[in-house]
Amino acid sequence: MLGRCWLVYHPAVPRTIRVDELPDIARGCSVLGAGGGGEAYTATLMAIQAIADHGPVQLVEYDDLPDDGIVMSCGFLGAPTVTIEKLSSGDEGAYLREEVERLRGAPVAALMCAEIGGSNGMVPITWAAKLGLPVLDADGMGRAFPEVQQVTMHLAGIPAAPAVVVDERGHRAVIHQAEGEWAERLERAIAIACGGIAASAEYTMTVAQARGATVPGTMTLAAEIGRSISGAETDPVGAVIALTGAARLLDGKVADIERRFEGGFIRGTATIEGTRGDSGKTLGIEIQNEFLVAKVDGHVRATAPDIITLLDEQTGEAIHTERLKYGQRVVVIAIPCPPIWRTPIGLQTAGPAAFGFDLPYVPVEQLNPGTGAWPGKDAGAGA
Amino acid sequence: MSSGSSRSGAHRRLDLRLGLDVGGTNTDAVVLDRTDGLIAKAKAPTSADVSSGIEAAVDAVLAAGDVDRTRISHVMLGTTHATNAVLERRALHRVAIVRIGAPATLSVRPLLTWPEDLKAVVSGGEAIVRGGIELDGREIVPFDGDAVRGFLAPLAGRVDAVAITSVFAPVSPRHELAAADIAREVMGDGVHLSLSHELGSLGILERENSTILNGALLGVARDVAGTLATALGRRGIDAALYFAQNDGTLMALEHAVRFPVLTIGSGPANSLRGAAYLTGRADGIVVDIGGTSTDIGVLVGGFPRESSQAVEIGGVRTNFRMPDIISIAIGGGTIVRPGAIGPDSVAWRISREALAFGGDTPTLTDAALLAGRASSIGSVMPDPAHAELLAGGLALADLAVADAIDRVKTSRSAVSVIAVGGGSILLADSIPGVSEILRPAHHDVANAIGAAIAKVSGSAEEVVTFAARGHAEAVGAIAARAGAVAVAAGADPERVEVVDVEETPLTYLMEPGARIRVKAAGPLIMG
Repeated sequence: MLGRCWLVYHPAVPRTIRVDELPDIARGCSVLGAGGGGEAYTATLMAIQAIADHGPVQLVEYDDLPDDGIVMSCGFLGAPTVTIEKLSSGDEGAYLREEVERLRGAPVAALMCAEIGGSNGMVPITWAAKLGLPVLDADGMGRAFPEVQQVTMHLAGIPAAPAVVVDERGHRAVIHQAEGEWAERLERAIAIACGGIAASAEYTMTVAQARGATVPGTMTLAAEIGRSISGAETDPVGAVIALTGAARLLDGKVADIERRFEGGFIRGTATIEGTRGDSGKTLGIEIQNEFLVAKVDGHVRATAPDIITLLDEQTGEAIHTERLKYGQRVVVIAIPCPPIWRTPIGLQTAGPAAFGFDLPYVPVEQLNPGTGAWPGKDAGAGA
Repeated sequence: MSSGSSRSGAHRRLDLRLGLDVGGTNTDAVVLDRTDGLIAKAKAPTSADVSSGIEAAVDAVLAAGDVDRTRISHVMLGTTHATNAVLERRALHRVAIVRIGAPATLSVRPLLTWPEDLKAVVSGGEAIVRGGIELDGREIVPFDGDAVRGFLAPLAGRVDAVAITSVFAPVSPRHELAAADIAREVMGDGVHLSLSHELGSLGILERENSTILNGALLGVARDVAGTLATALGRRGIDAALYFAQNDGTLMALEHAVRFPVLTIGSGPANSLRGAAYLTGRADGIVVDIGGTSTDIGVLVGGFPRESSQAVEIGGVRTNFRMPDIISIAIGGGTIVRPGAIGPDSVAWRISREALAFGGDTPTLTDAALLAGRASSIGSVMPDPAHAELLAGGLALADLAVADAIDRVKTSRSAVSVIAVGGGSILLADSIPGVSEILRPAHHDVANAIGAAIAKVSGSAEEVVTFAARGHAEAVGAIAARAGAVAVAAGADPERVEVVDVEETPLTYLMEPGARIRVKAAGPLIMG
């Protein structure tokens, strides 16, 4: 694909994150969110406020940190409805850091978002500004997923515990021993007790461990995706596809959405009817917080963990699953996921079967010839 | 500025309503009888001060229909006063801003995203005090009344209004009400208060912005109400006064002076409601074509479909419920050029510049004339030399309108379109995906009619978990609250009905729950 020649990772990105870059980072986080991860608007305002109050944040790579430095992977977990009403205090990051340092007996060297996709991609920026700590240019997903254990650190065998959960009042809980789905179950219960939202840090690790266990360069990737949208003069969708090497599955119009509440999550199916060059085709998309499976005329064209995202045909902005409505003109794209998700344990954790779909995983570039590779930095993770 | 109770003359007939709509170009007035029959209509140019335009339109409509003004029992006004005040940063109150939520919400201060000039005019100081409510109605932390007192005391006499917003106030307003008591105690009973739980939905930053804007508009609202009451009084009209609001329903004057922010967006809502009335249809797509633009909206159950997107007013993101409208730059005065139409329009100069009026600018009105869609407009038939240009322009307009209609459609099936507005002659007689096109009489005053025939409404909202009570029971309780709000605003208690139930499932909770919003509305109690 011609666009791929733009795709050489270049570290020409500023080493600090300034206020004026935040809207682009938020746009990129939304694209990587695959329709989930919560809307980034409120999280963006928090970051704007924090940087305005405390100054720009340093963005660092593994090599900028000592091997034995502690990386605190963190974010919020909870219900989006609560997120837009009970905003954070801004001190949650400080509470997490105190507990993590006490538990590890060593200072935190950098914060990292557990989930770059959606609102959680912005959260460590807010906390880092206040704490005067750098943000590591990496994350634990390369996208968004609904559950705590659906992170690359889990795949790499890094323990979730001790996991720390705090709320805006300064309540702190430490969960020892819990692994896999137990971390998810217990953290979720605490978040509900705290009023539907809580901040958490789990899978705390050293920089040396993080090299093989996280997805590198994703903050930079989010910023570049955002800039490709805001900087595009005529075709923001085309700019996103050129930058990410995504497969363009269908240009169309949302013709039907069906949502149902199942097991604490919203599940649903959307139907998109082809327009323009795709006229006559129909794309069905399965939703469980994120977009998980896309079929064109009954044939699977992409599944999780590859990143299925709906872009507004005009603006190129990603459309959150909760904002999807009849009549929207969209372009459905699929970005190849970070390689680590394609390992056996990666697919066991977040492949189609992990979400209850009786489908084999086939990489999006095999289903759609001409598609590029994961557009992020070539992975330590999974490599 | 009375509303009903002071009406004199026990035996006089009270069977007429006067509807007024202040638009960008014209102020329209209509008089309707008890059965909603149109008695008279008139238009006057909208004046810079808005009020003299209203007075001119009232005089014109009274003269046009030889109306017995003593029979007018209700006056309904759709006005852009509030919108203009915000856009022009004019006549706004200075507001003390209280948010109840700390330590939550400290990460984003009030007014963070406001334009500096508006902030400078409106803010009399901001405070975030401890307190606020959880999703399930518990306290986040106890309410800190002393902090509210300490913040407001030095501001007494230096601000005109206090805007109070608590976390999850739509779930429970008790901390807001406690803060309001303190505000009255510190600043006197005359202080103007704007409380977020009275302004609706979840999303604290947008609701707070709406609450502050509402506080800033309280003076404007009282001025308009006073001016209107005076103007009507001077003309011997002694009637109950209502203001049109953004959802296509009415609020009594007493309500409007407390919630002026809700009048923003009433224009498109009135147009949709007027179209429903003129055709007797409850569902369909309304295409309102003016001189420079076309507004396309959707009627659902007789009311405008609301936008799910946050709406910005004067650069401030709000949670106003606005009709979901698509506007495109196509109108009767839109200029046609080779291969392109608009976005510019000859606007009010159409009677001088368009070809049909002897001018030399090809417009879409000329195209409609030449295509045979309209007749008896202007003084001359456009020169056939322009035929190819005009036909090309009209084809582009048809495509753009068809595309916009397709964007707002609620389902795949073909829909009915109601065409209103002076420019609706442009509309083709067949549009892809449209089953029929209705062109009602009096479509040129659809907005004023929409104001005159509107129902009175109320809404209520709550976050519920279905473990505590069943789904139907939860919805019923919220509907009862919504109905009570409508009755308080003047609706007939016997005829209030639920017109909309909106349910948002809550994710990531262990027990099933939802945010439910119910709107109820009923016709006015007529004299």
